[in-house]
Amino acid sequence: MEKKISILIVDDEDSVRDSLNLWFTEDGYRVECAENAKKALSILESGSFDIILTDLKMPGMDGLELLRRIRALNKESIIIVMTAFASVDTAVKALKDGAFDYVTKPFDPDDLSHLIRNATKQISLTHENETLKKRVDSLENVEDLIGKSEAIKRVLKEIESVAPTNSSVIITGESGTGKELVARAIHANSLRKFYPMVSVHCGALTESLLESELFGHEKGAFTGALYNRKGRFEMADSGTIFLDEIATISQKMQIELLRVLESKSFMRVGGNKEISSDFRVICATNRDLKSMVEKGAFREDLYYRLNVMNIHVPPLRERVEDIPLLTDYFIKKYCTSMNKPKITMEPTALKRILGYQFPGNIRELENMIERAIVVGNGKKISLKDLPFGKDAIDSSVESLDEFEKTFILQILNKYNWNISRTAQALKVDRVTLYNKIKKYGLKS
Amino acid sequence: MDSRTITLLSFGHFDRALLEKISEAVAHEFNCMVTVKEVRLDLTAFFDPSRRQYNGNLLLKEVEAMSLPTSTKTIGLFNVDLFIPILTYIFGQAQLGGPTAIASIYRLSNEKYGMLPDENLVFERFKKEIIHELGHTFKLLHCHSTSCVMHSSTYVEDIDQKEAGFCPKCRNLI
Repeated sequence: MEKKISILIVDDEDSVRDSLNLWFTEDGYRVECAENAKKALSILESGSFDIILTDLKMPGMDGLELLRRIRALNKESIIIVMTAFASVDTAVKALKDGAFDYVTKPFDPDDLSHLIRNATKQISLTHENETLKKRVDSLENVEDLIGKSEAIKRVLKEIESVAPTNSSVIITGESGTGKELVARAIHANSLRKFYPMVSVHCGALTESLLESELFGHEKGAFTGALYNRKGRFEMADSGTIFLDEIATISQKMQIELLRVLESKSFMRVGGNKEISSDFRVICATNRDLKSMVEKGAFREDLYYRLNVMNIHVPPLRERVEDIPLLTDYFIKKYCTSMNKPKITMEPTALKRILGYQFPGNIRELENMIERAIVVGNGKKISLKDLPFGKDAIDSSVESLDEFEKTFILQILNKYNWNISRTAQALKVDRVTLYNKIKKYGLKS
Repeated sequence: MDSRTITLLSFGHFDRALLEKISEAVAHEFNCMVTVKEVRLDLTAFFDPSRRQYNGNLLLKEVEAMSLPTSTKTIGLFNVDLFIPILTYIFGQAQLGGPTAIASIYRLSNEKYGMLPDENLVFERFKKEIIHELGHTFKLLHCHSTSCVMHSSTYVEDIDQKEAGFCPKCRNLI
């Protein structure tokens, strides 16, 4: 059921209160009345109103003072000031103090209807705005974070809870797990989403280049600095800065970064003007920052400043159930970009992929699928299209025995059928290895 | 037809035939008995010289005082310009869910707006205004349906846009 718009009428004249009360009640609004400003404030202490219609001239506290007091209470109500003493000065004053509109008594019935209609339109716009802000709570732009595993669901839940805050976030996880996608999802679901997310790959830059990249530089700051340049912190104003591979930055840069995070201000290289920027910082690393702190390789104060929230992105081998979905997603993605009809993957190929450990995580899977589409026959991705080396464990085997047979054969081949070295690698004695060779009928 | 009775108290020296036609329309719309009573009342006490209009709040009280105990609802019909302190004019007024209402034909004629007289249109407007105010006495609020007689009207043109009857939703509430 639609919520009724509530109106508080504040006027010292009974007839005005009664008439407006009746008028608005007949129009379906929820109405309350107060005979003076003091009573109005006491009513407002216990509840809120969408619209407050107050007389300007009242004994005791007048309408303008009431307006200021209501604003001091942080009430979001729309305030309309009524008076029988029209003057431009008081109208301007009321509007300057935050009144929505100003009307002269008596009103034309149609003007009153229009006034309230405009006010309710404003209220519905405010509600709509709130609804849109709330929509941030239901995650958006996370379509690249694919999966139905518990591990990825946990990551999505963490994104959902951390996104609307302003807290710094460290995203940890092995290389290729999709840490930047998580950072983008956090930004896209935050209140900063209409402002830029600026990424800096700290590991790819030398100390001096990183300094110039982050803080910007003034013309002539160093050889080749021909023009003034904005830094990434400046570009991320009102938005988010994503510092990838944070563990690679030097001790000097760690100090600089800590200072910027604490003051949210900095100077361009070669500059002498303090520049402020309101940014949120999200970092990512594939290293164990905590142990780096213990070893003194990463500043403890910076670590705690950055690690307000931590999201760990699991490696692909810990979310094997997501591989078919990811595979399908990448097939669709690359078939579209290569203008090819959508192809499928043969079950044996998929089985092999499912058994693979993916040390390069999703990035490796993505590259694998892209390559398979390029080298494949354009109809189906088969086992031969996949770039598995000798060391890859073939999980297309049907049973444990078959797996054991394949594995022993792989190691035997690796050591040129040297029984002693193979037994040592397999951590079994030579007799056991001979028995297995005999059992599986293995031949060099 | 139910046992409720609506009384039309005529203060405006209206033509008998007009009152009869209104009476029939009201009886039809509310499905009850309607009686018409003509009243002679000096309205000087209700006149506000500063506004050159008649105070609707005071007239509403007067009608309430004059209403018959046998009448479920009473509406006073006037031919004077009505106001309430906060509004420049009103076509009518009612006690929401109460026993009394008032309505005036004064601002409903075309001549007031520089147009050619149209007696039938005036009757239609007055009928709608009376049914609308009586609707309020039956606790009906303004209706969002533009054709419903309970739709809010601040100009005569608004009155012309709506029908003289209730929408199904409002009818169910009477």
